Amino acid sequence: MTERKIRVLLAKPGLDGHDRGAKVVASALRDAGMEVIYTGLHQTPEMIADAALEEDADVIALSSLSGAHMTLFPRVLERLREHGLGDRLVIGGGIVPAEDMKALEAMGFGRLFGPGTTTAEIVDYIRRWVSERRTCRKTSQ
Amino acid sequence: MPGLAAEIRAGDRRALARALSLLESDESAADDLIEALAAGPQAAATDAQAANAQALRLGFTGPPGAGKSTLIEKVALRYRARGHRVGILAVDPTSAFTGGALLGDRIRMGGLGGDPDVFLRSMATRGHRGGLAAHVIEALDLLAAAGFDRLLVETVGVGQTELEVAGAVHLVIVVLVPEAGDAVQSLKAGLTEIGDIMVVNKADRPGASALAGELREALDLRAKRESAGTRSGAEVPVVLIDARSAQGVDELLAAIDAAGGDALGRVSERRERALRTRLLTLLAEGAERRAGEMLDAAIDEEVKAIAAGRTTPRRASARLLERLLGG
Repeated sequence: MTERKIRVLLAKPGLDGHDRGAKVVASALRDAGMEVIYTGLHQTPEMIADAALEEDADVIALSSLSGAHMTLFPRVLERLREHGLGDRLVIGGGIVPAEDMKALEAMGFGRLFGPGTTTAEIVDYIRRWVSERRTCRKTSQ
Repeated sequence: MPGLAAEIRAGDRRALARALSLLESDESAADDLIEALAAGPQAAATDAQAANAQALRLGFTGPPGAGKSTLIEKVALRYRARGHRVGILAVDPTSAFTGGALLGDRIRMGGLGGDPDVFLRSMATRGHRGGLAAHVIEALDLLAAAGFDRLLVETVGVGQTELEVAGAVHLVIVVLVPEAGDAVQSLKAGLTEIGDIMVVNKADRPGASALAGELREALDLRAKRESAGTRSGAEVPVVLIDARSAQGVDELLAAIDAAGGDALGRVSERRERALRTRLLTLLAEGAERRAGEMLDAAIDEEVKAIAAGRTTPRRASARLLERLLGG
C-alpha cells in the first residue's frame, strides 16, 4: 500500500522578476497529484541541482522568461549530471524559441514547453515519462 | 540495504536523499534499511546509536504564516555558526482531494543553500492522520545516522493533532503571531499545551508584546493549577522574536539549551507514547484494509442499513469487527 508520488522540483534560474506562470504550473501539477517543490525566484544552477539532490526529485522543471535559458538551462543539466542525477527528467518552459527548444532537447532535455502550452499537456508528458521509467526500474536500485 | 546504510553513514547525500524517498515509497525496503543501520559492524552500530542519541530534535509548529520557515533558517544558521550539522524536515499538507502537495518551505530558507553541512528535505503529509508525515520519526533517524546533530522539523500547526510531533522531537516550539484572535485561538487550540517553548514572532507588529504577556499569564496560571503533571513547576518560556531580522533568536537558543537536560529525560517517555500511537495507527490502517478486502459486500449492506435508519454506524462497526476477528 505504498504510493510512489511524482516529485517535481520547479525552479526559476536567473533574473526573472515574476513567477505567475510558474505558480500556475505548480498548482496544476499539485492538482494532478504530484508533490511540487517550488524553490522561487533567482535561483542559481548550483542551488537548483542541490535542491534536486536533497529532494530526490523525479522531474526538474525550469522556467525562464527573460531569455537566459541557453546559458542557464544547460548549466543546470550539467550540475545535475555532476550530482549523479542524469537519469531524471529535465524540462523547461517560458519564453523559449523553437530553435532553442531543439538545441536543448539535443543536449538531453526532455521537452521544452512554450507559451500557449496547456498545463494538461505538461501533466500528461510527465506522467507518461515517469510510468515508462518506473515499470523498468527494479525496486532494489 | 547494507550498501546504502554504509553510504549514508559515510555522508553520501544522494544515498540519504534516496533513503528518505524509500521511507515513503517502499516501506519494506525502508524497514530493511533501518535495521541495517542499527546492525552493521559492531563499531558502526554503536556509533550509529550514539549519533542518534546526540542529535537534538526540535519541532516547530504553529499556524500557517507564523514565520516558522524563516525562524528555522535563522536557528539553523546559528547552529551552523556553532559548528553543528543541521538536518531539516519541512512538512506540508497533502491535498485530500488531489493527493498532491505544494511544498513551499524551501523558498524561505534560501540562506542555507550550498552548505554541505545542512540537509533540507520537504515532505508531504500524504493523508496521515495527525497532520504529520507518517515517517518523520524514521526520517529523523536517517538524518542522525548521516551525521546531522541538530534536527529541525517544521509542521503545519493544528493544535492537538500535533501530539505526534511531540513524540518525535525533544522539544516542541510553538510559533505564534499577533494577528487578530491569536491569543484566544491558540489557547483554545491546545497549542499552549504541547509547547515546550512558545515563540511570539513578528515582534515588530503591534500586539506582539501584548500576546507574549497574555501567554505568560496563561502559562503561569496553568503552572500554579497543575499539582502533578508532566510539566509541574517547569516553566514554559515565552520568547519574543522577529525572525526576519533574527532578533531574539539567541534567546530562543538559550531557552533550548536550558530545557536540554530535562528534555532528554522526558523524551523517552513521550517517544514511547508516540511509538505506541504509531503502532496502533498502523494496526488500525491494516485492519481497515483487511476489512475492505474481506467484508466489502457486508460493508455495503451495512451502509445501506445505516442510510435507511435501521441501524447506527457504531452497531454496524461492532458487527463487522466481530466478523473480522472471529471469522
